[in-house]
Amino acid sequence: MTTDRRTAVPPGADLPDHPSFLWPNPDPAKSYDVVIVGGGGHGLATAYYLAKVHGITNVAVLDKGWLAGGNMARNTTIIRSNYLWDESSGIYEHSLKLWENLEAELDYPILFDQRGVLNLAHSLQDVRDSVRRVNANRLNGIDAEWVDADGVQELCPIVNVSPDVRYPVLGATYQPRAGIAKHDYVAWGYARAAAAMGVDLIQNCEVTGIDTVGGRVRGVRTTRGRVAAGKVALCAAGHSSVLAAMAGLRLPVQSHPLQALVSELLEPVHPTVVMSNAVHVYVSQAHKGELVMGAGIDSYNGYGQRGSFHIIERQMAAALELFPIFARAHLLRTWAGIVDVSPDASPIVGLTPIDGLYLNCGWGTGGFKATPGLGDCFAHTVAKDKPHQFNEPFTLERFTTGALVDEHGAAAVAH
Amino acid sequence: MTANFRLPVGGRVNRDEALRFSLDGRPMLGYRGDTLASALLANGVHQVATSIKYGRPRGIMAAGVEDASALVQIEEPFPEPMMSATTVELYDGLIARGLPGQGRLADRPDPARYDAKHVHCDVVVVGAGPAGLVAALTSARSGARVVLVDDQNQAGGALLGSDEYFDDLGSPAAWVHEVLAELRATPGVLVLERTTAFGAYDDGFLLALQRRTDHLGAAAPKDVARQRIWRIRAKQTVIATGAHERPVVFADNDRPGIMLAGAARTYLHRYGVLPGRRIVVFTTNDSAYTAAIELAETGVDVPMLLDARAVPPEGLVAECAARGIEVRAGHAVTGTEGREHITDVHIAPLAGTGHPDTIMCDTLLVSGGWNPVVHLFSQLRGALRYAPELGAFVPGEELPDVQVVGSAAGALDLASCVRQGGEAGRAASEAAGFTRPAPVPLPTSDARVAEAAAMVLWQVPEGAEPTADTRFVDLQRDATVSDVLRATGAGLRSLEHIKRYTTIGTAHDQGKTSGMIAAGIVAEALGVKIAEQRPTTFRPPYTSVPFAALAGRDRGELHDPVRITAMHSWHVAQGALFEDVGQWKRPWYYPRPGEDMADAVLRECRAARESVALMDGSTLGKIDVQGQDSGEFLDMLYTNMMSNLKVGRIRYGVMCGVDGMVIDDGTVIRLAEDRFLVTTTTGNAAKILEWMEEWLQTEWPHLRVFLTSVTEHWATVPLVGPRSRDVLASLAPELDVSNEAFGFMSWRDTVLDVTGGVAARVCRISFSGELAYEINVNAWHGRALWEALMAAGEPYGITPYGTETMHVLRAEKGYPIIGQDTDGTVTPQDLGMSWAVSKKKPDFIGKRSFARSENNRPDRKQLVGLLPANPATVLPEGAQIIESAHLPEPPVRMLGHVTSSYASAALDRGFALAVVRSGRDRIGETLYVPVADDVVPVTVTDSVLFDKEGTRRDG
Amino acid sequence: MQLISCPWCGPREEVEFHYGGQAHVAYPDDPAALSDEDWARFVFFRDNPSGPFAERWSHAAGCRRWFNAIRDTRSHELLDVYRMDEAQPARTGTS
Repeated sequence: MTTDRRTAVPPGADLPDHPSFLWPNPDPAKSYDVVIVGGGGHGLATAYYLAKVHGITNVAVLDKGWLAGGNMARNTTIIRSNYLWDESSGIYEHSLKLWENLEAELDYPILFDQRGVLNLAHSLQDVRDSVRRVNANRLNGIDAEWVDADGVQELCPIVNVSPDVRYPVLGATYQPRAGIAKHDYVAWGYARAAAAMGVDLIQNCEVTGIDTVGGRVRGVRTTRGRVAAGKVALCAAGHSSVLAAMAGLRLPVQSHPLQALVSELLEPVHPTVVMSNAVHVYVSQAHKGELVMGAGIDSYNGYGQRGSFHIIERQMAAALELFPIFARAHLLRTWAGIVDVSPDASPIVGLTPIDGLYLNCGWGTGGFKATPGLGDCFAHTVAKDKPHQFNEPFTLERFTTGALVDEHGAAAVAH
Repeated sequence: MTANFRLPVGGRVNRDEALRFSLDGRPMLGYRGDTLASALLANGVHQVATSIKYGRPRGIMAAGVEDASALVQIEEPFPEPMMSATTVELYDGLIARGLPGQGRLADRPDPARYDAKHVHCDVVVVGAGPAGLVAALTSARSGARVVLVDDQNQAGGALLGSDEYFDDLGSPAAWVHEVLAELRATPGVLVLERTTAFGAYDDGFLLALQRRTDHLGAAAPKDVARQRIWRIRAKQTVIATGAHERPVVFADNDRPGIMLAGAARTYLHRYGVLPGRRIVVFTTNDSAYTAAIELAETGVDVPMLLDARAVPPEGLVAECAARGIEVRAGHAVTGTEGREHITDVHIAPLAGTGHPDTIMCDTLLVSGGWNPVVHLFSQLRGALRYAPELGAFVPGEELPDVQVVGSAAGALDLASCVRQGGEAGRAASEAAGFTRPAPVPLPTSDARVAEAAAMVLWQVPEGAEPTADTRFVDLQRDATVSDVLRATGAGLRSLEHIKRYTTIGTAHDQGKTSGMIAAGIVAEALGVKIAEQRPTTFRPPYTSVPFAALAGRDRGELHDPVRITAMHSWHVAQGALFEDVGQWKRPWYYPRPGEDMADAVLRECRAARESVALMDGSTLGKIDVQGQDSGEFLDMLYTNMMSNLKVGRIRYGVMCGVDGMVIDDGTVIRLAEDRFLVTTTTGNAAKILEWMEEWLQTEWPHLRVFLTSVTEHWATVPLVGPRSRDVLASLAPELDVSNEAFGFMSWRDTVLDVTGGVAARVCRISFSGELAYEINVNAWHGRALWEALMAAGEPYGITPYGTETMHVLRAEKGYPIIGQDTDGTVTPQDLGMSWAVSKKKPDFIGKRSFARSENNRPDRKQLVGLLPANPATVLPEGAQIIESAHLPEPPVRMLGHVTSSYASAALDRGFALAVVRSGRDRIGETLYVPVADDVVPVTVTDSVLFDKEGTRRDG
Repeated sequence: MQLISCPWCGPREEVEFHYGGQAHVAYPDDPAALSDEDWARFVFFRDNPSGPFAERWSHAAGCRRWFNAIRDTRSHELLDVYRMDEAQPARTGTS
């Protein structure tokens, strides 16, 4: 591919090329030190850090379909760390710091773009909650500001801040270091680097059973045969309940459809990321120029990777309230992922009652932004058989003791 | 000068109505009935845009939604980004610009209206081509309610691009006209033209976009919705969406002037437009012969038809020979020349004998076969099957209540299409419960039928790998065969990965022509069978849909209902500012001229504490609880006991979730042995009613209890302050308002001296610590009550107050607001409300959670008051609380946060409520609140800061 | 976008309904007698199968009645609806 033919390229319309080699396609071996179930962002990142940080390379990542084809391929790529509680901001900020060096680390153009994220407030209570979160963030060393409506307009001139709309914008929290990245590039960056260190990436290999003997995991059964494993790490997002049940483990998570959509490519109009939890709109403009929008979670449990269209219609109405100039943008494609939502909207990451079986689930809508941080912490947990300091609060036991990390109760926004 | 490629006669355009339009500043004329693309071709314009990555000229390759290269930006009459010129109906004054890749949004609000309509029917038929028309008419004759949806401005489908002779009827147009006329005349039948079915969902749900006024341009009436979403629920669905012609990939296959053969027929017959003057045809199947023959018959020079097949169809070859068209079998196009327009075609034998050659031409028509339009079927999760004879995916299973017919099912001849349409129409109406309809006579035509099997050819092979590949698979994404091979070489196997690696299929056309070819090339490269590959998923929408159409009328004031009280107009007239609380508009404060919010709130507070004031409390949620077991039921829902409340009395109550966290509070009044009235917070009313219903219906259905929301039945006015008794007395002649006769936490019914006597229920409750009465009347009389109170209170300087003053008054008394001072992690004990948690009841919702270890930690956050060292300081709500006077480096340990903070008139200082770790043990301690760059010292106090002894309550 | 058959009103659009999660999770007879683990199971743990699932819905914008349904969480297809006082149809394997 020569570049000299590229003339009159609209700004941002082109993406960097992928490398000419990504990963081999091995058959599963008989046995691995660690089997990671789920080849999404979390599984691939965990494999990468297991190999890179802990020198554990006899690792297989098993995916029932194509690598990073689940939620990793379906999310709206928002990255931020401005969560309310210390526990949440701890792991998300750890992740954000890794994001900031990830392009160099993986030698992959992941298009990480710290364009800032605005979380809008539409009621006086939203304002109180927002200011509370900003103050907590600052004391935790996380960049956060409260901006008023004029400040919102300065950062994102296309937001309608008129007081005359149904739910006026009263202000927003702003995290300048937050932003977006290109999801496929991130996943493939981890996959390529993990494969280069000796990790086997095995696709079209569905786990159908988890073998345990005397309370200790021995391996997995798959559609491509039995695979022995010293340790098994679950990174299956929406399918976590089904997998955990294979080991006799019941999880406090529910799997729901979460829809998203894109428009056609548009000239740059939207310089930042705007989220409005009150009206369920999450909008950024991706590198090529398409508007990327997330909707609210569909209320019912669903594994079908499809949601109800009225959610999209409602979201469009809310989006046009905030961004009137989007009126004649076109919906080009809709899709849905399966998010596993925990009772306190915080993840569950750590050991399980079964020796050698490790759990990572319950990220709900927050999984993408946590990818590097979770990968690092989960690899540590698996390698050392002990949680990393940042995932230590996110135990399964917290639902018994009541020590929840209640992010939705605290009105910190999802996504 | 504009060349004229319009035939003197023919086509379905109205030559009496000329329309002015322009592309990239070049003014041109077209006719009513044209698309932008057909009008451009009539003017000899093929190039519409330049490509996104390489800036190569790109033209019109198709005549419908499958076009992948003729992208335009509409500039006038109103900017609309990224439209395909092949789908824009021409109108007078249209100004368009060729798009290299990114559309442009308007910088002004869209003045157009959009709406949505629901329709229920027995049978919905998508596509008004021959199969769809026969299906619709067959169903309609059975008496079924039929909706026929078609995306064109006229019915006919593929027939619009043909001139076959129909037996008995003459032209296809005459047959279409007859069928439509009968459909339109049949009661219960709805024909929707210019309507694209873009999404198919479960249980016969279909979404369609109708373009109602777009074709009128600036002349569109302003009061008619520009576009409408049809939400169609059908018992039976017939998908007759036709097929898209597929190109073949070869070097420089993207030049303007290269077009699908079937598209050329459409431009010829529907629009009376010639794509060029010297036309070469390249095909892998019989269908393109018709294009060559018909164009030759119009007098166009068609020097050559290249058939990739070694053995071409004899009959068609003879027809070609008769018209001077040389057919070269076993040949393919290997390249083209030209800049803004194709000038030459390089050809070579695919295999065997022959030699390369170059042919001059201004148009190259291509046909690589046909892809059935299976999008809607696939959206319904119907499995697809690879049909090797077509080189395409077809429906591979039966779905209940769905039939796919005609070309969409892979049938490429008229006889099969209409037969399938008739069968589907009959089956659908019978399944929907209608008796055998009168059969519709099936038309037959003299159209050429395929003689020989098609050849499946994805790309013309090249000898050496080119350095700069111009074999474009996805024109819009500028993605080439080399890009595909690079992806497979990188180790990618899944089509989904290859799509992402190359971006093929992600553009505006969503891969309608490129997807299948990419799958074919990948299969060749990997040496696997296409049938074993999982095709990429077809997702809604089938074609792009404007955001505004989906938003419909749910915008502006209709975005969410605005709820207002009976006294709202009074508040507006008095200049109140409003706060959104849920859907309600609540007066926030009532500034007088020259006052800011702080001034107004201090004045309102003073009035309540020193004389008398009133507020509009109508928005509080009110639930009527009736039935013999109401007390037992409420005992489970509230943390405190309700069943022992005496008739005539009122009790404050707290509700918790199962997790033991406070979710709401309010008063409960007992109206009778078997009847209570429960109040909720304004924002939670609907949620709490649902919560109560859920428990009642799903856990304790044996309880004889009925719940009814009565929020809007009542207008509610808290009358507050030392003089409130006097004001009430003057309006309630029959009521003994003395403390002895009408004590705190009791209620009385009476008749008020308002507009000739208004029944009222008066509750002696107080959310301010002052003597107060909550007066409830039928909402009809709300404004009269309000005005009567204002008049009666005038001697005392009665003052209306809003939510802000209400918040200050209650905070001075340490009363929490659920949702402000709590956040879903706060228990009644944390709020210091153990007194409201029954020790006697064996159980209530949340009780068991109180016993968990986390609930009994001594360092839980508890509600306390904070007094800033400097009385003038008002802390910001949401400020965090720390232990040290100097801000350490992050992370800083936080003890809690300020939940409510105000300037108090009564205390003559700033004060706050906060939740603080071990807060009650810290009373008297100094803690610190970082505010901007400062750290403010505060003293922790009890949460009750005013009138701790409660001396003011009884007046 | 299901058409949900309310046992009281008949088929109605999905938008009229609210979802209520797993069905047949009885409130414990004596919560005080439960261990913290068992209480947590009642409060926070629900089945989450991929396949038929007995769950609760409420016809919130209609008759306001709660009812049960068996729905396949893979296809979202409603296989059965039944009133709160009716027994769970035998066809489902979930608890």
